[in-house]
Amino acid sequence: MIRNEVLQSLVPVITDELVICNIGSPSQELFNLDDQPTNFYMLGTMGLCSSIGLGLALSQSAKVIAIDGDGSVLTNMGTLPTIANNVADNFVLVIIDNGSYGSTGDQPTYAGKKTSLTAVAEACGCENVVECKAEDTAEELKKALASNQMTVIVCKCESGNVKVPVISMNPIVIRERFMAEVQKRNA
Amino acid sequence: MSNISERIVDDMIGAGIDFVTTVPCKQLAGVIDLVENTDKMMHVPSNKEDEGMGLCAGAYMGGKKPCIIMQNTAIGVTINTLATLIQYYQIPLPMLISYRGEVGEPVACQVEMALHTKALLAQMHIPTFHFHKKHDVEELSDILAYTQMCKKPTAILTDASFWRAA
Repeated sequence: MIRNEVLQSLVPVITDELVICNIGSPSQELFNLDDQPTNFYMLGTMGLCSSIGLGLALSQSAKVIAIDGDGSVLTNMGTLPTIANNVADNFVLVIIDNGSYGSTGDQPTYAGKKTSLTAVAEACGCENVVECKAEDTAEELKKALASNQMTVIVCKCESGNVKVPVISMNPIVIRERFMAEVQKRNA
Repeated sequence: MSNISERIVDDMIGAGIDFVTTVPCKQLAGVIDLVENTDKMMHVPSNKEDEGMGLCAGAYMGGKKPCIIMQNTAIGVTINTLATLIQYYQIPLPMLISYRGEVGEPVACQVEMALHTKALLAQMHIPTFHFHKKHDVEELSDILAYTQMCKKPTAILTDASFWRAA
């Protein structure tokens, strides 16, 4: 399974949750599969998906799913200790670990070589870290959401992207329609 | 210094700032202590300033009024995040900055980024306020309100002379 197929399997599991989606192909693929006002698409800023997700989860009560990538987490490795030490039980970080920088031409990442992000997350102090095969990701996400405990899911999948257009939506429109959903859930 | 730190944190609370991320600096240690110990703000220390700005962006969308506390060296780290996240999505973000490398600075290397600080902020079109004299702090409340009004990042540079006078 490649990322797009993993995302497709997650779409039915994501019901009322807020989603922060990683820059580039992940956001474009999710937008193409199932655009929702509860999706916040990152149009720039490599690495900060998990940080935006944590900040959002700590600040309000609705459940937050950050759909991140291995390359992005490697870019912002400092995020894992911050997540571990500021527990938000309404937060699930899904790291789609395809061992490559997908949006830039599938160059290999160190997570596809000797580095285990699962072990890194655990060593950083994250308490509920699950590594799974791509086809089990939806089930693991379902479990994580039901557990009401902050969870990091590392989904091991194949490298590859589907051809989808760049998101043309204005960033302010993305943010404002997203914030309207956040407000609805915290009214 | 404790009085001025208290004044700064009181003004932040008064402006509704309720989410603060910090990367430490000696000059701002008193402020960071107060932020950590008040129940009026959530304090989430970050490991790097761009990470901190990600936290602030999320907090803003979650209904908080965030602020980042950092050194001016961080301007070198955060240019891309300021342009493509904070400015692009129009997120109000006051940056309370320890302006290292100005007169009174004991560490020569700090001067190197001090030389670039205002030029970079000007290039980024970031409203910039320099606290040099003790009474400059009187503008803080208005700066924080201005930041919310214009939905931009703003820089409050606090130098060694300001902290020495305080």
